[in-house]
Amino acid sequence: MSETAIKPRIEKIPLKDQLFQKLPVLLVPLLAVAGLIAIGNPASWLTLTVAGLAMGMMIFIMASGLTVVFGLMDVINFGHGAFVAVGAFVGFTVLAWLAGWTASPSVMLNLAAVLIAILVAMLVTGLLGLAFERVIVMPVYGEHLKQILVTMGGLIVAQQMIYVVWGPDELHLSRPQAFQGALVIGEAAIEKYRLVAVGIGLALFLAMRHILKNTKIGLLVRAGVENGEMVEALGYRIRRLFLIVFMTGSALAGLGGVMWGLYQETITAHMGSEIMVLVFIVVIIGGLGSVEGCFIGALLVGLLANYTAFLAPKVALVSTIALMVVILMWRPQGLYPVVKAK
Amino acid sequence: MADTLLSLSGVHTHIGPYHILQGVDLIVPEGGVTVLLGRNGAGKTTTLRTIMGLWTASRGEIHFADHDITKLPTPDISRRGIAFVPEDMGIFTDLTVAENMVLAAAHGPMDAKRLGWIKELFPPIGTFWNSSAGTLSGGQKQMLSVARAIIEPRRLILIDEPTKGLAPAIIKAMTDALQELKETDTTILLVEQNFAMASSIGDTVAVMDDGRIIHSGPMQELAGDAGLQEKLMGLSLEAHQ
Repeated sequence: MSETAIKPRIEKIPLKDQLFQKLPVLLVPLLAVAGLIAIGNPASWLTLTVAGLAMGMMIFIMASGLTVVFGLMDVINFGHGAFVAVGAFVGFTVLAWLAGWTASPSVMLNLAAVLIAILVAMLVTGLLGLAFERVIVMPVYGEHLKQILVTMGGLIVAQQMIYVVWGPDELHLSRPQAFQGALVIGEAAIEKYRLVAVGIGLALFLAMRHILKNTKIGLLVRAGVENGEMVEALGYRIRRLFLIVFMTGSALAGLGGVMWGLYQETITAHMGSEIMVLVFIVVIIGGLGSVEGCFIGALLVGLLANYTAFLAPKVALVSTIALMVVILMWRPQGLYPVVKAK
Repeated sequence: MADTLLSLSGVHTHIGPYHILQGVDLIVPEGGVTVLLGRNGAGKTTTLRTIMGLWTASRGEIHFADHDITKLPTPDISRRGIAFVPEDMGIFTDLTVAENMVLAAAHGPMDAKRLGWIKELFPPIGTFWNSSAGTLSGGQKQMLSVARAIIEPRRLILIDEPTKGLAPAIIKAMTDALQELKETDTTILLVEQNFAMASSIGDTVAVMDDGRIIHSGPMQELAGDAGLQEKLMGLSLEAHQ
């Protein structure tokens, strides 16, 4: 085939469409500026913004696994909250074992204790995810109604198991010494733990982005989200990929559970199902299957929840749902819908 | 006579309540191009998808290189050396052209020499190497789809209507490319509605109707017999009007 036979041509995306594509990225700074104007006091705004970003990052950690699981496997996992709760309780147990480290004034020992708690929680929830996928999810692939029923059933079983192992009472999870208290910048007080949460959330987002863009397994996940059948036709066992992604998503929920538990300083067997409302809102706002959309959605939800809680506490109760409604009216499939060729 | 590379005997496929393939018997000789013709809904695409394991045969047997592949999962069928170019091209539009090709090389890094040959065969692959596959034109997407199928040596390539909806210049280019591919001794099972294109590269032909093969033989025989063409194609059309 000669060069002259076919003139290489690429469809140009109009500037208007390119801007429309980039617009969601601007929503977070726009909301922050709107918050500054509405709040008026820069110190209060800074405190609320960091709190909002921290909350958003933690929701992102919990939601990122769910959105990829939905995008790739077409599975609606209402049991995702179970991994959040189990992660928090496992983290609690590990931190209780390492009480000497967490009570120490040494930042390194504090960090090591939290890191070990996170790793153990991720390992346990990852393995729990393996069992959940094999026993509960695998028999109902492609059947959404059954998925909702059985995954909710799985959530209830997990909550009851937490009662059996840790008892029915809520537990107090205290932060390590170094993460307690606040940094005072001018008149603004910023909780140290929130900065840690922002750092971990950001690092996780960048790591996920790197893996999805630059590794073969990331390419397979992105390709599988779009057209799983074709991935199989190229010779890849997508069921194995499903399992890896489900385990990773569960482990991330476990990480989110430890982070959320340390943020709230109280953990209950129902904490997972309670936070799932926000997690689902974030996944829907972002566009099912989109990690970038999930990240932006989580930050929007975190910021809005904190700004409205300060400005109009009664409105705060419905602000995140109102945000979802507005976003869906603007973009019915979410901020960054993943195109499926199924 | 060439050895049989692929054979289907009495293959039935059900999709939900529909009985699509109703006893397909098909032989694909090794080397050359076998064309599968037939009206819309005759079962051509279902035949390719059943061979590939994307839909499971409810009855009958499929043998590839003397091995029974009837019940094998799709990735195992692919790994035995069968590539599939679906009707909708199956391009990953969220990925770049390069990323599409990297994934297609399932057994390791791409062979530079083979990639060079593909870029000669399909110049837009090189030109738009780092562009998003979603921004390619229809013809370019089709080239990428075929390029993905041949980035690794394959024994058999299943191609489903590669000229559908393409401009005449692109159809000619695609025909030339398939002709060149044929010369590399790759066996091709081609589903095609464009009889002129099909007859220009086909060695053998099978005509389907109502989920069965109603004629098979040398392409030359069908191409040179207007009466037979009218009987096979005309009969089908009349029967379903």
